[in-house]
Amino acid sequence: MADLNTLHFLKGFTNARIAIGRTGTSIPVTESLDFKMAHAHARDAVYSSMDIPGLTAQLAPFNLPVIELHSMAADRAHYLQRPDLGRQLSTQSEDLLAGQITGFDVVICIADGLSALAIHENIAGLLDLLIPKLVHANFSLAPICLIQQGRVAIADGIAEQLQAKLSIVFIGERPGLSAADSLGAYLTYGPKRGLTDDSRNCVSNIRAAGLAHEPAASKIFYLIQEAFQRKLSGVLLKDNEGLLR
Amino acid sequence: MPYQHTIRGKVYLFNDLRVLLARAAPFRTGDALAGLSAETYEERVAAQITLADVPLTDFLNTAVIPYELDEVTRLIVDGHDLQAFNPISHLTVGGFRDWLLKDETDHAVLKGIEAGITPEMVAAVSKIMRNQDLIAVAKKCEVITRFRNTVGLKGHFSTRLQANHPTDDPKGILAGIIDGLFYGSGDAVIGINPASDSPAAVMKLLLLIDRLREQFEIPTQSCILSHVTTTIDLINQNAPVDLCFQSIAGTEQANNSFGVNLTLLDEAHQATLSLNRGTVGSNVMYFETGQGSALSANAHHGVDQQTCEVRAYAIARKYNPMLVNTVVGFIGPEYLYDGKQIIRAALEDHFCGKLMGLPMGVDVCYTNHAEADQDDMDNLVTLLGVAGCNFIMGIPGSDDIMLNYQSTSFHDALYVRKMLGLKPAPEFEQWLIKQGITDPSGSLMDPDPALLKKMDSLWQI
Repeated sequence: MADLNTLHFLKGFTNARIAIGRTGTSIPVTESLDFKMAHAHARDAVYSSMDIPGLTAQLAPFNLPVIELHSMAADRAHYLQRPDLGRQLSTQSEDLLAGQITGFDVVICIADGLSALAIHENIAGLLDLLIPKLVHANFSLAPICLIQQGRVAIADGIAEQLQAKLSIVFIGERPGLSAADSLGAYLTYGPKRGLTDDSRNCVSNIRAAGLAHEPAASKIFYLIQEAFQRKLSGVLLKDNEGLLR
Repeated sequence: MPYQHTIRGKVYLFNDLRVLLARAAPFRTGDALAGLSAETYEERVAAQITLADVPLTDFLNTAVIPYELDEVTRLIVDGHDLQAFNPISHLTVGGFRDWLLKDETDHAVLKGIEAGITPEMVAAVSKIMRNQDLIAVAKKCEVITRFRNTVGLKGHFSTRLQANHPTDDPKGILAGIIDGLFYGSGDAVIGINPASDSPAAVMKLLLLIDRLREQFEIPTQSCILSHVTTTIDLINQNAPVDLCFQSIAGTEQANNSFGVNLTLLDEAHQATLSLNRGTVGSNVMYFETGQGSALSANAHHGVDQQTCEVRAYAIARKYNPMLVNTVVGFIGPEYLYDGKQIIRAALEDHFCGKLMGLPMGVDVCYTNHAEADQDDMDNLVTLLGVAGCNFIMGIPGSDDIMLNYQSTSFHDALYVRKMLGLKPAPEFEQWLIKQGITDPSGSLMDPDPALLKKMDSLWQI
C-alpha cells in the first residue's frame, strides 16, 4: 500500500474523498466499502416510504386535521420514471379533497419526494418552530396534507382544491453520498395547476448538519410574510432573500 | 413521407422520419416519458427494419425539425457537404451500417465523409447497431485536438481533473487538484464546475489554477465551467481563460433555455481565440451535452432524445472544440433509468460524436435515484477504454461533493490505462515523469514530499 501520510494534510481543506491512498492503482478496501455504505444509505433513502401512522402521531400536537393523499404514480419505479404522474393527485385523492372545507391562508404539504427519511428526520422539529410563528401571525392553516409518491408541483392542485392562498411543500431531496436526509421547502403564492419552478421559492438542505431547523423555520416564515405582503413568490421575491443570510 | 413495414400480416405505419427514428430507438425512459417510444418489442424492431431500408438521401430531403423554425436545422442543412457525402450517397441506413464495419472503411475513409453526414443519419445508423458495433466503429476514428498538449491520439487516454467544491473554496479546490495530479490526472483539462456563476468567484479560481500551471509548467489547459456570457466578460477583463465552456443541446429552443444561441457561441469562440494562449494548437472550446436535455426543457419537437443529442454535435463541430463531454447519467432515471440504458446511451454518444469528428469524452456517471452503481460504471469505463474514448472525468473517490452525483475516480482512469496499455497525453506523460509522479514506464510512484513542499506558496490564497 502506498504511503498515505504525505498527502494526508490535504484532507483538512475539503470533504472530498482525497488522499485515500491506493493498492496497486485501486482504491483501498476501507475506502471502497465506505463509499458503498454511503451509496447504500442514499439508495435506502430513495426507497424509504413515509410512516403515515407515525407521522400522524407526530403531527397530532398541532391540532390540525391531517389528510392522507397519493399521487398518480403507483409505486417507486413508476414515480422515478414518470415525473408527470408524481405531480398529479390520484382520482381517489381528488375526491377526498373535494369534500373538504375550503378557504385558507396557508396549506402545509408533506411529500416523500426522493427521501421519506428526510421527512422522518426533520418534519416534526421544523413544524414545531414554524407552526407557532404562523399561528401567532394569524395565518389560517388548512389541514396538513401527507402525500405519498409526490413531487413539488402536486401542491398546486391541492392548494387549488382547498383554496389556499399559499402552499408550502416539505419534500425529501435527492440523496447525495454525504447526506440522505436533506429536506427541501418550496413555497408558492397563488398556487394553481400548471405553475413552474420560477413561481416558487426554495429553502434547501434542511437537516441537522446542513441548514438547521431554527434558521430554516425563520427563513421560511420570513418568505411567507414577504409573499403575502407583496402578493407573489418566485424569482421576483428572491432579491430580498439575501437579507437573512 | 410515411414509411411502413408488415410483420406477420400486421402493418406498421410510421408517419415520417421523425416518428420512425423515435420508434426505432432502443428503449429508454425519456422517450417513453415523451410518448415517442415503440409500444411493443415487435414495433421497435419493425421500425429498425424499416429504418434500415431508408436511403441516406431521404435525410437530405427531410428535416426532423423545420428549417424555418430552428437554427440548428439551418446549421445542419447549410453546412452539408455534398461532395463528402458522395461515397455513401447510394447507401441505405442498413447499408451504411455494414459499410462502416467493413475492414476497408478505415480512419482515413471515415474522415473523408465527416462533412457529408448529418446528425440524423448518424443517429439513425446508431439505432440499428449493437453495442459491439458502436465500439468497433468508434475505435476506428481518431480525433486529435491540441491546446497545450495533444489529446485523442491512439494509445492515449486522458482525464479531466474535476476537483469541485460546494462553496468554491479555493483551498478545497486546490487540495483536490494536487491530489489528482499525484494520480496522473488532468491531461484533458483541469476543469472546475463553479457553484456560483459570479465573475469574481470564477476569476479567483482561474487565477489559482493558472498560477499552479505556470509555476510547475504543466502542459495542460484549465477551464472554469461558467456560463459563456460570464466567460466572455472575464476575457474582457483579461482573465487567464484557456478553454471556453458551454452546455449545448440539439434544438434552438433548448439552447435558448440554456441562454445561448449560435451568435453568442461565435462571439465566445472568437473572444477565446483572441487570447491566443494555446502553445501547440488552438482548439479552445469545451462543450457538454447529454441525452434528455431538450425534453427536459420541453423543447424536443417530438424528436427522440438520442437524435436531439446528435444534433447538438452539429453545433459542437462548428467550433473545432478541444473537448466534448457527454454527461450521460447526470440527468436522472426519467431519461435513462438504469445501468443498461446509461451504458447504451454512452456508447451511442461516443460513436456518434466520433463519427462526426468530435473529440468525445464521457462523464461515466449516475445519480442516487438511478438504478445504477459503481459496478455499472466499471463496465462502462472499460467499454469506453476499448472504444478509444478521448477522456473521462477524474473525481476524488468518484464522489462529486458539489454536484452530488458519482462519476469516475482518479483510480478508475489508472485502471483503464493499466488494463488497456494506454498512456496520458504525450506532453503530460513526460511532465509526470519529470516531476517523479510516475516512473519512465508510466507506473505511479509514491507521492514525493519534496514536490509537495514546492507547492507551499500556492496556499497563500
